[in-house]
Amino acid sequence: METRRGRVSDFLQLTLNGVAVGCIYGLVALGFVLIYKATELVNFAQGDLLMLGAFVCYMAVVWWGLDYWLAFVLAVVTIAAFGALLDRFVLRYVIGQPQFAVVMLTIGLGSMFRTFASVTWGSEIYTLPTPFGGVWHIGSITLSHQYLSIILGTLALCGALYAFFNWTRIGIAMQATSQNQLAAYYMGIPVKMIFSLIWAISAGVATSAGVLLAPVTLIDTNMGLAVTIKAFAAAVLGGFGSIPGALVGGVVIGLVELYAGGYAKPLGIEDWKDTAPYVALLLMLIVRPQGLFGSLGRKKV
Amino acid sequence: MAEPILKATNIETYYGPIMAIRGVSFEVAAGSIVTILGSNGAGKTTVLKTVCGVMDPQKGTVAFEGREIQRMDPDKVMRLGISHVPEGREVFPFLSVRENLRMGAYTRRDADEVARDLETVFGYFPVLQARADQRAGSLSGGEQQMLAISRALMARPKVMLLDEPSLGLSPKLVKDIFDIIVRINRERGVTILLVEQNANMALSVGDYGYVLEVGRIVMADTCARLVEKEDIKEFYLGIKDQGARGQRRWKKRKTWR
Repeated sequence: METRRGRVSDFLQLTLNGVAVGCIYGLVALGFVLIYKATELVNFAQGDLLMLGAFVCYMAVVWWGLDYWLAFVLAVVTIAAFGALLDRFVLRYVIGQPQFAVVMLTIGLGSMFRTFASVTWGSEIYTLPTPFGGVWHIGSITLSHQYLSIILGTLALCGALYAFFNWTRIGIAMQATSQNQLAAYYMGIPVKMIFSLIWAISAGVATSAGVLLAPVTLIDTNMGLAVTIKAFAAAVLGGFGSIPGALVGGVVIGLVELYAGGYAKPLGIEDWKDTAPYVALLLMLIVRPQGLFGSLGRKKV
Repeated sequence: MAEPILKATNIETYYGPIMAIRGVSFEVAAGSIVTILGSNGAGKTTVLKTVCGVMDPQKGTVAFEGREIQRMDPDKVMRLGISHVPEGREVFPFLSVRENLRMGAYTRRDADEVARDLETVFGYFPVLQARADQRAGSLSGGEQQMLAISRALMARPKVMLLDEPSLGLSPKLVKDIFDIIVRINRERGVTILLVEQNANMALSVGDYGYVLEVGRIVMADTCARLVEKEDIKEFYLGIKDQGARGQRRWKKRKTWR
């Protein structure tokens, strides 16, 4: 009986942590999807924006002594503005170029950001002090405030984005632009400005993910890289182009990762934690190639 | 002819190396319905795209209310008061009908007037009101055409560019749509530049007409006189002249060739 209860609590613990980690993947995947839907570009520098955001927040808290929340907002605003500039001065010129060129460009940008980070902040590992140090114990499950803050933060952010995209004029204009760019032009919607805004939102969401993730993985120049790849897997799993799909895909990848880490170790397979998400993705692509929420692209002629 | 609200002078537009418009000039008088006729590939759509700023002409000018607009971005042109109803409707498929209409009024800030205009277009097309909360992608082709026209109207344009509103619609629906186009012109004073393959319909509602062939204007006259011309009758209206003995010449040449 005792061991059984232990097993249940292990499972709940893994689930909680998996959902939290999955939320991070989901947020980064959300950034992928937003940009892809609007501009048909895939931004592989998404995770590195997350890393930059975490560093900006760290600087604001530790170097300048700002309040955590103020630093959080500052980081989001800074990186969002950076994202908008990136669109205005770099990405705008590759729209319409072959996908391959765009992919190489964003991968290149990502490694530029990493190099910039290691030149500026060095290759040490930093710890961001947060107000979420505590833990709650429910039975034998540990509810760490760090993980809870990730889940709650993600929910709040998704709610805000949902409201923005559905209930504000500019949000609906963004949807319209994603659906039919030419018609958006005909409506007098400033399409180029909308693109910059979408980049800003994606970068801001990535930064939020970075700051929420910082206490868990600690901050270093490579923190974005692993997240990028798993978030990409999450976006594909959810059906590339679907916003709820990105979030659900993120949570699924997070859960698979944690379960694999927790249950495969006793079997003597050490590296399952990092492999399992991709196995899940492969299975998904075999069984349902359009992803969880995707629709098969049938082009009308 | 009154002072033209829209005037194109010698515009030449290219798709890459291909010259689609070979020096087209036309004038649209304020408050009138002007139609450009032409068969497939004549360059009708390209003319409209050049006017609304989606394509830039290599040569020539487009003037709106005396102001040159040929290099402007389409959203700027639209803000001046030119609404475009594109070929093939181009509605926002995943937005509701109401949201589509709201997007038509995107550039406007006067919420009360927008609400009133919404009522007006629902008056023109009651079916849109019945489907106001449905996704635009789920509408039939005719309803989407109505939506596209209404959406353009929501911007309170001075000039409306209509690109083949009859495309793919049943004859009855075509007639309904053209009745509304005439009403929009008469009741709201919107100047209309109509591009059509359905010459019969276009000439019956238009004031002045141009005939476009392979990128050139080959004929221009009032619509009342255009319908009387032999070439128009034969090549655009499909009315065949019978010879004295009930025979026709085996092949007739157009007078402008």
